[in-house]
Amino acid sequence: MQGRAVDGSDEILAVDGVSVTLSGREILRDVTFHINAGEFTGLIGSNGAGKTTLIRVILGLITPSSGTVRVESGSRGHPLIGYVPQRITLDPDMPLRARDLVGLGIDGQRFGLPLPSATRRKQVDEMLDAVDATRFADSRVGNLSGGEQQRILIAHAIISHPRLLLLDEPLANLDIGSEQEVVDLLARIAREQRIAVLISTHDMNPLLPVMDRIVYVANGRIATGTTAEVVSSESLTKLYGVHVDVIHVHNRILVVAGRREEALQHGGSESIVELV
Amino acid sequence: MAASLSPLIEPGFFSNLPVQTALVVGGVVAVVSGIVGTFTVMRGQSFAGHSLADIGTAGGSAAFLVGISPLFGFVAMNLMAAGVMEWIGIRRPRGRDLATGIVLGAALGLAALFLYLDSTASSTTGATINVLFGSIFTLPSSMVPVIAVFSVVAAGIVLAMYRPLILSSISSDLATAQGIPVRLVGIGYLAALAVAVSLSAVTIGAILSTALLVGPAATALRLTNRPGRAAAFAAVIGLVATWLGVLLAYDSYYWFPTTGGWPVSFFVVTLIFLMYLASQVRFRPRSGVQRRSTLTEAG
Repeated sequence: MQGRAVDGSDEILAVDGVSVTLSGREILRDVTFHINAGEFTGLIGSNGAGKTTLIRVILGLITPSSGTVRVESGSRGHPLIGYVPQRITLDPDMPLRARDLVGLGIDGQRFGLPLPSATRRKQVDEMLDAVDATRFADSRVGNLSGGEQQRILIAHAIISHPRLLLLDEPLANLDIGSEQEVVDLLARIAREQRIAVLISTHDMNPLLPVMDRIVYVANGRIATGTTAEVVSSESLTKLYGVHVDVIHVHNRILVVAGRREEALQHGGSESIVELV
Repeated sequence: MAASLSPLIEPGFFSNLPVQTALVVGGVVAVVSGIVGTFTVMRGQSFAGHSLADIGTAGGSAAFLVGISPLFGFVAMNLMAAGVMEWIGIRRPRGRDLATGIVLGAALGLAALFLYLDSTASSTTGATINVLFGSIFTLPSSMVPVIAVFSVVAAGIVLAMYRPLILSSISSDLATAQGIPVRLVGIGYLAALAVAVSLSAVTIGAILSTALLVGPAATALRLTNRPGRAAAFAAVIGLVATWLGVLLAYDSYYWFPTTGGWPVSFFVVTLIFLMYLASQVRFRPRSGVQRRSTLTEAG
């Protein structure tokens, strides 16, 4: 195991040479990147680029055809990875309060009936407070807004003190206000609790102010480094295999891919003018 | 006391042995159906629950033919069907409905055959009525311990898997990532459902057992925001409906002496439906207010 990186920060996740082939189709090829404790990493790419597949490989739900994934072992008995899946629909008919869902993050995998515990209740209250969810703690999860649901799912994922938090498109279907709230919350969690946060999104712009590192997926391959290193015309042209322009407008980044025919082969119309 | 209740409770109600058996069995089965049914509704498996009841008629009617209690036939058939449904692909919502439909069709064919043979063998329609509409007043008291054991098994499985069941109902990815064996939990739940449905099939009938499984649970889901309470409320609602139903059916022997009283299943199912309607009326305004306030916050 690689314990510590040179700069003294803990390495939490090491993905080395990972390739994935699903039903004969190569989804990811030779993906390598490392993430340290407290680092905020954006996993960027258009829809269908392989972001969800990569997250599922890290979770151990998909076995790569080659390569290794290592997650630094945490303290005993705790799940190592907190996970917020893509597009969960919380049914308004489900009799479950926000605080119940957060509490299930502690012991939801246990069998037997839950016993009332003051410690557990306090832990849930503190977590609800940490994600600014105390106000709607006793509401039914299915009746909450998208942003409120995301905060509850994040609390569910981190209440067991994982070292790594994976979020699959948590900003999809959020209005701009809640999007900003969720990003700020995640940045605070990464900083204060030294949790490595890996968040997938097709739009990198909301993450620009807080992102320490970027893992950019296209054509089944990745480019990684700081935003400045990766999101440049030169680097993305190499990754996409077609000429790519990177345009900065009003603190936003616009990625525009070149020739239509080649772009179409890689990701449909979205990669022609890609707002990433 | 007895005199004051006499307009409500006809004479001999509590001293009648079939009534005593009906109260005990019906009560136990209603509680189990309420607990298991709460998760059936939460997991969106009402169709599987109803199908298992129909599928079980093949087993129930076959058991009648060979002269053993229909309960054993129901349980054996339902467990087998649950296994096949799981095997065909119960984990994907669409595959799940498809699998249920295929098994349902095949089993109903068998049920048609066995019910026909039942009625020709006994030259009455008693078997058909018993299997399809329940036999709570004709259950031998010797079946009480058997029913108790099956009840403990079904409710026990669900309560033991309480937390993993809730999480895997929300999202199988979320549950898997938290170390829950989602498929195993699904199989365990389906087995509990198969047993619970069999139990309600012999009490209020195969066709009506969905009402006892889904009705109280659907009502309870309107009344509370907490899963444990929902299961408890569903159990109580089912219990009240069943006991009142038994009482009304008994009383109806006195109201309609010429027809020999109305079936208990009718009363139970009607009471459950009325309670569901009442819960809709009572809680609609409040949930409307809640929804409005969330909208303002979001906007």
